[in-house]
Amino acid sequence: MKYVILISHNAQARETWASFTEAERAAGYRAHTDLLDSIAEAGELVIAEALADPSQGRRLQPRDGQLAAVDGPFPEVKEHLAGFYLVDTDSIEDALAYAAKIPEAAYGLVEVRPVLGGGSEDM
Amino acid sequence: MSVADVERTLRQCAPRVLAQLIRQFGDFDRCEDAVQEALLDAHLQWPTRGIPASPGGWLTRVAQRRWIESVRQDAARRAREHKVAVLAPDPPGEAVGADDTLSLLMLCCHPALTRASQVALTLRAVGGLTTPEIARAFLVPEPTIGQRISRAKRTIAVIGVNLAESGDEWPDRCASVLTVLYLIFNEGYTASSGSTLHRVDLSEEAIRLARQLHDRAPSGEVTGLLALMLLTDARRPARTAEDGGLVPLGEQDRTLWDHHRIVEGLALVRSTLTDQTLGPFQVQAAIAALHDEAPTPEETDWPQILVLYRLLEHLAPGPMVTLGRVVAHAETHGPASGIVELDRASTDTSLAQHHRTHAVRGHLLERLGHKEQARIEYESAARMTLSGPEQRYLLARAQRLRPRPASSDSDRFSATERHRRGVGPHDERSTG
Repeated sequence: MKYVILISHNAQARETWASFTEAERAAGYRAHTDLLDSIAEAGELVIAEALADPSQGRRLQPRDGQLAAVDGPFPEVKEHLAGFYLVDTDSIEDALAYAAKIPEAAYGLVEVRPVLGGGSEDM
Repeated sequence: MSVADVERTLRQCAPRVLAQLIRQFGDFDRCEDAVQEALLDAHLQWPTRGIPASPGGWLTRVAQRRWIESVRQDAARRAREHKVAVLAPDPPGEAVGADDTLSLLMLCCHPALTRASQVALTLRAVGGLTTPEIARAFLVPEPTIGQRISRAKRTIAVIGVNLAESGDEWPDRCASVLTVLYLIFNEGYTASSGSTLHRVDLSEEAIRLARQLHDRAPSGEVTGLLALMLLTDARRPARTAEDGGLVPLGEQDRTLWDHHRIVEGLALVRSTLTDQTLGPFQVQAAIAALHDEAPTPEETDWPQILVLYRLLEHLAPGPMVTLGRVVAHAETHGPASGIVELDRASTDTSLAQHHRTHAVRGHLLERLGHKEQARIEYESAARMTLSGPEQRYLLARAQRLRPRPASSDSDRFSATERHRRGVGPHDERSTG
């Protein structure tokens, strides 16, 4: 089964990250690379990416029957997607075990969602 | 000499050649590399020179030579040339035991390996598929499958499995092999209709492997598994709607079913039902047979299916089996009695939380005319399922039960009409 591990960031997380010493930030990055290595080593990694700051994104806005690309995130959004891991594990418990090793999990910013698959036995 | 002939011959020979080498030299990893190189040589030479009289013997000799070369290279690297003679025993004759495929299957399904590794290794070593083919079939990147295979080989090396001695364990290991083959089959059978381009058909592959197993070690459960695969796969052409949604058994166009597979599957089921001991695959195959034998859904022998589900619940209990039994009960004794049975079964929490429980309850409520309650059940099931095609089916079912808009609203587009006319939501008129 495939599961996506979603990592969100919010103002508080950004503040915490900014307050970190260089060594603490290095430890944070290392936690991610170590996790990535261990998922790949287990043969369970599909893909993982970190996302650029939402200010660098564009969103599509319908206007007069046309679509226009406008800058930045939805202004009212307090949390935004900061990165994700797509893993292929036997169970959601295995995916949760990986998710628990993500530093952001300690701030309640990590979520695991099953991917909708093709699988379905006859009804 | 067609490339397809060469391809077929190679895939038939490859597992036996690999098993032969492992028996001879032990080390799985190097043996597999050697066989891969021998296969490559055959690919290059056979289409022009023709398939040798004894293709298995040819491949074995080339693979042995490759293995020895590989050991020599390693040895040279370590400046220990003198050991080569000891490390590389004399190549034996061409005798390749028919049991080798069986031994190889057992090795690939060794309990020390994870399920995912067992599946990948079986497809590679016994099925003869390449790593990229396996990766595409499971929609994961190549290195992921490569990693599963190399981990599996390392585990086998560490635990030091001896292929020659593994024969006695067959009855125990057989269950694990059958589970792996069934997993491979289901992965292919349930793959959605889209994105199948350039993908190996895993159901066909599983059927091919099950046939090989059946030829070598026919037993009740092996026959049962092969029959179950054939009888299930026979319905594949009818199980997916044009929109990719699932078509349930009762609504399938039975003229699309593959009748050759059904005939073959039925004969296998009949041959195995007289066995002293019945296993879950035989019983599931017998249930599939009763569905496939019915020319119309109304002619299905539900009382017989109910008996078989009771037996299956005893042999291999699980939420899906209980639900199958409840459905058969409802078809035999009516939907009202079915709901009573479903309520009774739902005291089990794993069943109560299963999305199929909501789907079954929806069906039964719908048949009793409780449209609104049925719609709610279908929508719950649609939210809970992890399958895309099933979700489409359940939402369509729920949609059918939505109250029709009153006639005074007839000048407004319904959601479906809007969709059909390709008008976007931004054009929606104010509903005031």
